[in-house]
Amino acid sequence: MGQERFISIEGIARRFPAGGGGALTVFENLWLQIKQGEFVCMVGHSGCGKTTVLNILAGLDKPDGGAVIVDGKVISGPSLDRAVIFQSHALLPWRTVTGNIAFAVTSRWPSWSRERVRAQAQRCVDLVSLTGAEGKKPAELSGGMKQRVGIARALSIEPKILLMDEPFSALDALTRGSLQDEVRRICRATGQTVFMITHDVDEAIYLADRIVLMTNGPEARIAEIVENPLPPERDRETVHREPLYYPVRNHLIEFLISRSRALKDDARFLARDPRRPQIVRPNGAETRPQPSGRAVRMQSSLT
Amino acid sequence: MTAPLGLRAAIVSLTVFGVFIAVWQLGTQGSGIAADMTPEYAKLVGATASQGVSAMPGPGEVGAKLLEHFADPFYDRGSNDKGLGIQLAFSLGRVLLGYALAVLVAIPVGFLIGMSPLMSRALDPFIQILKPISPLAWMPLALYTIKDSSLSAIFVIFICSLWPMLINTAFGVAAVRREWLNVARTLEVSPLRKAFTVILPAAAPTILTGMRISVGIAWLVIVAAEMLVGGTGIGYFVWNEWNNLSITNVIVAILVIGLVGMVLDQMLARLTRLVTYSE
Repeated sequence: MGQERFISIEGIARRFPAGGGGALTVFENLWLQIKQGEFVCMVGHSGCGKTTVLNILAGLDKPDGGAVIVDGKVISGPSLDRAVIFQSHALLPWRTVTGNIAFAVTSRWPSWSRERVRAQAQRCVDLVSLTGAEGKKPAELSGGMKQRVGIARALSIEPKILLMDEPFSALDALTRGSLQDEVRRICRATGQTVFMITHDVDEAIYLADRIVLMTNGPEARIAEIVENPLPPERDRETVHREPLYYPVRNHLIEFLISRSRALKDDARFLARDPRRPQIVRPNGAETRPQPSGRAVRMQSSLT
Repeated sequence: MTAPLGLRAAIVSLTVFGVFIAVWQLGTQGSGIAADMTPEYAKLVGATASQGVSAMPGPGEVGAKLLEHFADPFYDRGSNDKGLGIQLAFSLGRVLLGYALAVLVAIPVGFLIGMSPLMSRALDPFIQILKPISPLAWMPLALYTIKDSSLSAIFVIFICSLWPMLINTAFGVAAVRREWLNVARTLEVSPLRKAFTVILPAAAPTILTGMRISVGIAWLVIVAAEMLVGGTGIGYFVWNEWNNLSITNVIVAILVIGLVGMVLDQMLARLTRLVTYSE
């Protein structure tokens, strides 16, 4: 499989002007590498700057320091190589399903004939199981169907990277589940590199190869990176019966409940090199983070 | 069981109309012979004084006159006696010309203001000062500089149609949802293509609402403008018939002005409906 550092976030910082001439630092000196074909989820509380990271990756926002390198090149703005699936689906309401997808396809390949664009759009409509709804306007679709169109539009331009900003958070649980299945199936079939932001721990466990945990903002940091110990073949019906499912889940929940906040006052954590976040691989026995990427048995409590 | 809303509304409409006609008829009925007078004297003072005929025409007279105009709308018997159709055509021509010019200016400038916060701030004081000026106040200046009464009327229409369209276009463009613009950005859509495929359709309902307000104002203003510049047009017709003391014709003209205004408004309303989208 492809490059080890397909996406390399190198020491980016983002500050917003705050009242009284000061600046609010969302995060600083943030480092993260993503391999080609990898599915990475970022999890953290609101205000930790997850969306800002994604917007910088998308090129919609610029870092105040550092750089992002994608496929060997520093990014300078939005690109057709990096497709975004927006939380609010962001479909153009005056266009039909096919029209929305065709808009992206013609942006990607302006020289394509009308038939070719239509064929590509149709292929993507079929891919997300929307066959039959081609001529509908977004207002006539349910929330789940709208987000399917958003996914189809993002995939239609055959991007190198798929960026998803809490794409399923506005959907009901059943719809969310079926869309997760859909996304997982498509991304695994095509070896798509994905960076996704989510609040939903179960979603992260089901979809991700690695889960990046952020401490609370402002001045958020990457707390650790959890390697998902579940086998790559996951089935929604049985995934929660995997022996390692609950250890991972508990680890993530415990992080979100207490450690995401506590780590901010942990001198040992703050002294760490932000380029080498701890890598954790929950293995059923309680584990504790290890700098080397190897997980070892952990003492009874976190100190 | 109740009748459908449309039917009930129609019944009420017809009742209101009937009451109005009846009151009008009663109000304009003659009071009978006022006083005994010699035929010569009666002729001298006129029918109103001698026979109590109302000076205000009744609905029957107006109706007959209306039919007469509709039967022959395009006659031309010299500069002071043209058919209602010809006068309306003159007015509509001026309105459409001035309005079209205003569209050509307001929509691009509105785009500029809507897309650029700098231009929005910079041009705002001019718009705020120019907008509340009665379009007719421009008339002397237009007559003096253009030196043509018909063109001056067109200019007045231009200036009065400009502001609602300009302001609505700027507002519509500035209010395009950020996420749609972000979609265009992530798809590396060129600025021109973005303007036509994202911003224009997104702002179209607001722009067309501005155009609808403008056409209404233009039609209001043309009557006044033509009263001033004279010569041709429905506004001139009204003033001319007032000078002729033909109240019947004045009422007929008022009715026709209303009808045409309604048609113009409905045309724009239909266009607005075509570009309106639901989210």
